[in-house]
Amino acid sequence: MKMDIVVTVNGRKYAASVEPRLLLSDFIRDTIGLTGTHVGCEHGVCGACTILVNGDSVRSCLTLAVRADGADIVTVEGLGTPDELNTIQTQFREKHGLQCGFCTPGMLMTAMDLLKKYPLSSDDEIREGLSGNLCRCTGYQNIVAAIRAAAALRNGSAP
Amino acid sequence: MKPAAFDYVAPTSLEAAVAALAAANGDGKVLAGGQSLMPLLNFRMTRPAIIIDLMHIPGMSFIELRGDRVSIGAMTRHADLEFSELVAAKLPVLAAAMRHVAHLAIRNKGTIGGSLSHADPAAELPMLAVFYGATIKVQGPEGRRDIPAEDFFVSALTNCLDAEEIVFEIEFPVLTSHAGWAFEEVARRFGDFALACIAVSFELFDRQITDARVAVMGVADTPRRLRDAEAALQGLQGGPEAAAGFAEVVRSCVTPESDIHVSAEYRKSLIGALAEKAFVTAWTRAAGHAP
Repeated sequence: MKMDIVVTVNGRKYAASVEPRLLLSDFIRDTIGLTGTHVGCEHGVCGACTILVNGDSVRSCLTLAVRADGADIVTVEGLGTPDELNTIQTQFREKHGLQCGFCTPGMLMTAMDLLKKYPLSSDDEIREGLSGNLCRCTGYQNIVAAIRAAAALRNGSAP
Repeated sequence: MKPAAFDYVAPTSLEAAVAALAAANGDGKVLAGGQSLMPLLNFRMTRPAIIIDLMHIPGMSFIELRGDRVSIGAMTRHADLEFSELVAAKLPVLAAAMRHVAHLAIRNKGTIGGSLSHADPAAELPMLAVFYGATIKVQGPEGRRDIPAEDFFVSALTNCLDAEEIVFEIEFPVLTSHAGWAFEEVARRFGDFALACIAVSFELFDRQITDARVAVMGVADTPRRLRDAEAALQGLQGGPEAAAGFAEVVRSCVTPESDIHVSAEYRKSLIGALAEKAFVTAWTRAAGHAP
């Protein structure tokens, strides 16, 4: 069984014929070749595959590609460019919020949604928001610092 | 870690979804938000012949005040409840519990109907349904029926639905004598399933407790109302110093089991500690509103 879907990813339309069992994470990586979205646990625990679907952060490994028909998706490739990082990417660079980089796409996409929906007025609140994203390098300290700085910029104060 | 092949339908009416489920003859699975079903599919712990997706059925996502009840469509997401002003105003314990449900990305997809149907004994929504005495509305081939939340959960991951029935709505009564309330949960990592959790609410009248309501989870194979603990609170006088006694009653009401995470003794001790904390919080809130 195959189904035709049309999905907008980072502003560009992709049409494909896919099996219903194809995970959205595999559609993004294998079908359309955007490998910035990383796949860690494939059962919704590690957060590495987090993307934005219609503005909300979701686990792409816990979604079928067929359910994304007509959706507007943003992956890490849709944030900034290497020459022009967006705010949260800039703060991850400034605060050394990554080491190996495997969890980073999921961290960035989660941070985008957290910054949109929560005050993030304390480190506790930032850590609560990040509790669904695993990093095995940094111990989170610098990731929290990067998001704290991005939240400060959002609120109009210096990071 | 990829699902086995399955057929897929996304009906546009509840009746058609029920018909598709019945036609699957026990080999179909209903997909709501997918935040419990998708991991099971990925692990191939379940290999249904057909997935019946509810996402294209109109009118299944809403939060509405109807008289003295709040009605919530089965496809409403946890995040919709978390950010709803109506829920915050009318169902404060439910509102307080929502941020404990997994993580934002899960709450953005996971639905009310899905969580209820999955019937995890350590999930917040089933416990809150039991706490409030909610009514779960389901559609089957023969029509609709209402199921009280306390009858809905049979054991761990098992509900009372017939094989062809689908949850379409849940109705929460708005509690009027509800000024003192608290929700306390401990999990190994924030957002993980609860090791133990308690919700308490009551009203103070002349410094006496009335309309006591107590529910717990993580200490049995379903969420539970503790009617003995409610009876112990009824008419109780005195302030926060009564918390230790309440904790003792709650402890005596439960017989948790050991598992991979913690021992039965630890769980029992923990639910008591949470009960004590919840009592103080609820009493403080109630005193602020007491006549």
